[in-house]
Amino acid sequence: MMRSNSVIEIWVGIFMLAGIASLAMLAVQVSGSGFSSGETYRIEAKFENVGGLASNAPVMIGGVRVGRVGGIRIDPEEYVPVVSMDIEKRYDQLPDDTGASILTAGLLGAQFVGLSPGSSDIYLEEGDELEFTQSAVQLETLIGQFLYSQDNQ
Amino acid sequence: MSLQHLSEDSIVEAHDLHFAYSDRPVFDGLNLSIPRGKVTVIMGPSGCGKSTFLSLLGGRLVPDKGRISFDGTAVPSKSGPELYAMRRKMGMLFQKSALLTDLNVFDNVAFPFRETTRLPEALIRIQVLTKLQMVGLRGACDMQPSELSGGMARRVALARAIALDPLIIMYDEPFVGLDPISMGIILKLIRNLNDVLNLTSIVVTHDVTEGCEIADYVYLLDGGRVSGSGTPEQLSTQSDPAIEQFMQGLADGPVGFHYPAKDYLEDLAG
Amino acid sequence: MDSIARLGRYGIDFTFRLGESVLFLVSAIRGAAASLSRWGLIIEQIYAVGVLTMLITIVSGLFVGMVIGLQGYYQLVNFSAESSLGLVVALSLVRELGPVLSALLFAGRAGSALTAEIGLMKATEQLAAMEMMAVDPVSRIIGPRFVAGIISMPLLAALFSAVGVLGGYLVGHGQFGIDQGVYWTSMQTGVDLVEDILNGVIKSVVFGVIVVWIALYEGYASAPTSEGISRATTRTVVWSSLSVLGSDYMLTGLMYGG
Repeated sequence: MMRSNSVIEIWVGIFMLAGIASLAMLAVQVSGSGFSSGETYRIEAKFENVGGLASNAPVMIGGVRVGRVGGIRIDPEEYVPVVSMDIEKRYDQLPDDTGASILTAGLLGAQFVGLSPGSSDIYLEEGDELEFTQSAVQLETLIGQFLYSQDNQ
Repeated sequence: MSLQHLSEDSIVEAHDLHFAYSDRPVFDGLNLSIPRGKVTVIMGPSGCGKSTFLSLLGGRLVPDKGRISFDGTAVPSKSGPELYAMRRKMGMLFQKSALLTDLNVFDNVAFPFRETTRLPEALIRIQVLTKLQMVGLRGACDMQPSELSGGMARRVALARAIALDPLIIMYDEPFVGLDPISMGIILKLIRNLNDVLNLTSIVVTHDVTEGCEIADYVYLLDGGRVSGSGTPEQLSTQSDPAIEQFMQGLADGPVGFHYPAKDYLEDLAG
Repeated sequence: MDSIARLGRYGIDFTFRLGESVLFLVSAIRGAAASLSRWGLIIEQIYAVGVLTMLITIVSGLFVGMVIGLQGYYQLVNFSAESSLGLVVALSLVRELGPVLSALLFAGRAGSALTAEIGLMKATEQLAAMEMMAVDPVSRIIGPRFVAGIISMPLLAALFSAVGVLGGYLVGHGQFGIDQGVYWTSMQTGVDLVEDILNGVIKSVVFGVIVVWIALYEGYASAPTSEGISRATTRTVVWSSLSVLGSDYMLTGLMYGG
């Protein structure tokens, strides 16, 4: 037997809410994009080599997420990769001598940008470029260096 | 034959009607006319196309050849506003009652109002209770179809069929599977509704006794044509062997007891 | 010779049903459009196809997510890449398992129920009675169920994936002690909103159309006997499952191939 109308409506409401909440969770929490991040400002940094860094990769300070990688392109004059990062507005007091390095979570894990704040009194603003950068550590290079140093001993 | 009626005031006329299901011919030049305001019973053995005739009249099937008309206009062969407008003037009682299982009795009778009219709910309520009162089931308003006995379900379906005050009402095997009391009620209802509401009734049945009891006029169908017609009294005195066999319910006659087969002895010998 | 004739007969029959079902789809879409103005009917059907499938979807999603968590961890730990567990769980759920498995569950739970319901309405002459009451059964009965199925399917698939991701988290964090930040971050790095999540939603909408189409058609075209209804119900589950898996292959090729 069909239940009374109001019970049906409540259940359908719960179902629709649960479904939409799941979609929102997939969009925000799982893909890390969407409307949750709130307002951001964009800074850029040039690297020698970005390794396996991808869009949406997290930007962290000491393990805390402060933003995400918005895009990666090539500087048309210098032929080096430029990484743009969207930093959340609430972290707007980063010194302008902050350094950026591309790090790897675990040995083979995903790569992310780590920021190490400097000591300057001037804060970074929209469109600023970071001066001090350290490129991704590539496993092949690392192994090469290791073998080289072994040879020299 | 039935042609004598064409001159009178008839509400349904079939002329040279041909119809076949993909593999089985049903009607082969059927002519009949249904007089207005009377109870007309169409009888015949199972599978003679009695119910098919109702489907053709309701526009749910389309004749291969010939014409069938209702209230002076031909039944439209295509689904559309004309066909639906015509069906609003028809009521039909199905053999299986066909109540909508997820609605209670009241909502079932209210269904045609809510779906095809814009009457306010208060007016619908009055209409529904009136119709249910006519079939004696106003007290069963809140019951679910699954709680009804076969006879009650058929009466609710009847209330629904007369909901929109149709010109004609078609009964498809209304006497099948009823206990004697329900049978008596249905017989009384068919006659009463016909006379009180000034309807025309078409009853399709193979129950000769009940059919003759209620009929003003009877058509016998066999082999895709009308095999006999007349008032019940006229038919019961006919000497045609086929009509006699059907009306008396004889086991052997023109319709043989044995299905056609090769010789019995030959068959046994292998 | 007999078997060849039977094969030919089967082929003719199949082609006939295929054509008939396409015509049915066209009228079902028309009925769906006509029923859009009657939200009451659609909500009733969302209850029947969506809400009643919700529990089985959530439970299955949780277990599937936990199993991927286990299997993923056992494989990834060999490469000390267990920090990517979140990514593995999320991608397999969002791209494939969420839409496909929830569509299979939907076919088994809601699709078969739809077929049986419509078949029963046909066998008990309810559809014919509606026609005779000047009510079009396609817009009154078929349309709302079609719309409800298309609305419910992506929501169920999202529910499945979301619960599955949580299930993977329970295993990864609770059982193997993977840091929660690492679990979610690896996911956010690798899962793309358009490429993965939107495509998953598109898939589930397509699956919804397929399952509801087959279920409603089989019910509508079933022989009006109890045997006919049971055969139609079986056919619904078999054909909609096969069609979901087949179209998933094609959709995946189209979405991720180019």
